[in-house]
Amino acid sequence: MKILTTNYITCAVKACKTSSNAFPLQFRDAELVQEELELNEEFIKNILPRIEWPALVQTAASLGFTTLPSTKPEGDLDEQMIKDLHTLLVETQVISGKLVCGNCQHEYNIHQGIANFLLPNHLV
Amino acid sequence: MADTTNLNDDSAQGPLGTETYEAEHVHQVYQEIAPHFSATRFKPWPIVEKFLKEMPTGSIGLDVGCGNGKYLTVNPNIYMIGSDRSSNLVQIAYDRKIHDSCVADGLSLPHPDGKLDFAISIAVIHHFSSPERRAEAIKAILATLNKQGRALIYVWALEQKNSRRGWDEGHNQDVWVPWVLSKQYTSKPNGGKGKKGNEQAEQAPKDASAQQGLANDDAETPNTEEAPKEAPKEVVYQRYYHLYRKGELETDIAAAGGVVLESGYEKDNWWAICGPK
Repeated sequence: MKILTTNYITCAVKACKTSSNAFPLQFRDAELVQEELELNEEFIKNILPRIEWPALVQTAASLGFTTLPSTKPEGDLDEQMIKDLHTLLVETQVISGKLVCGNCQHEYNIHQGIANFLLPNHLV
Repeated sequence: MADTTNLNDDSAQGPLGTETYEAEHVHQVYQEIAPHFSATRFKPWPIVEKFLKEMPTGSIGLDVGCGNGKYLTVNPNIYMIGSDRSSNLVQIAYDRKIHDSCVADGLSLPHPDGKLDFAISIAVIHHFSSPERRAEAIKAILATLNKQGRALIYVWALEQKNSRRGWDEGHNQDVWVPWVLSKQYTSKPNGGKGKKGNEQAEQAPKDASAQQGLANDDAETPNTEEAPKEAPKEVVYQRYYHLYRKGELETDIAAAGGVVLESGYEKDNWWAICGPK
């Protein structure tokens, strides 16, 4: 799971959708990999307004990326910031670990890069 | 060919309109046929391709029921999260190494409400086995979209008299459609763990007509690397479909609380572009 994806993922349990505790889901035992991908500056510039920044800062910090500014960068992004965001958002993946809901505590497994959000019957 | 007309099988299964039913007649089947199914899915449908290519750079959206992920590669300037109920199909989508993919249920999508720019759901909603579940599946997709967000939905049409199956107005809309898995794709002797239509009689859906013969004709023309036409001891799986009649997709979208912006018919399918109210 790429870090950009985490900004658009929450708990699959319906009752958690409206809870602020459920977003973002929290990583546990996360193992990371980085894969070099071609930088698409316009893409990074255009997704920035769509990012929920505090959630990204929280997710990034939990994975050891502590250099993000605490507020979303405004105006023209400098080259380094674009590169850093590219590296964090699309080049970095959680290859194994768990995603945990802060509301219901349900754990979703990530195995070989693929998160599984299927719910056990009692949570559907 | 499969004998699917035997109604005497009392094997435990949920009735139409339940997840248990779909688990047996949709989910398990796609798990078993994933590699073979994927090999017949490589060409993006033109309207879907156009919809994705017109998205502005940096748009973020979903492919609900992404299957083998063939639409993930259409536009590298947007970001898509593909999801599917079948982990075997998601594995194929993930291995494309573009965008992202995960395993999820269409009725319990793991996305926050109101944030995404677009969604596609191609040949998926027709696998839900009641009008309520189909509307709920559309509602779940619409819920993920922001106010300007747009979803493109494709379903198989009842009206396809020029197709090999020849279904048309007046035909039963709830059907089983066979998938003949060639032997080269069966990983274990005698195929997978799923039910095998040619060895085991199955109960046809209530009020449904099971189809015989003409298997896999929802598949695209195979490329040259495809399976040989005649494979010995092939295994037949039956997938449940609800065939949409004219206007029914629009009705389901309205029932889901959505607004239809554009709709049409293309090659045996009904499609609609819709958004939240």
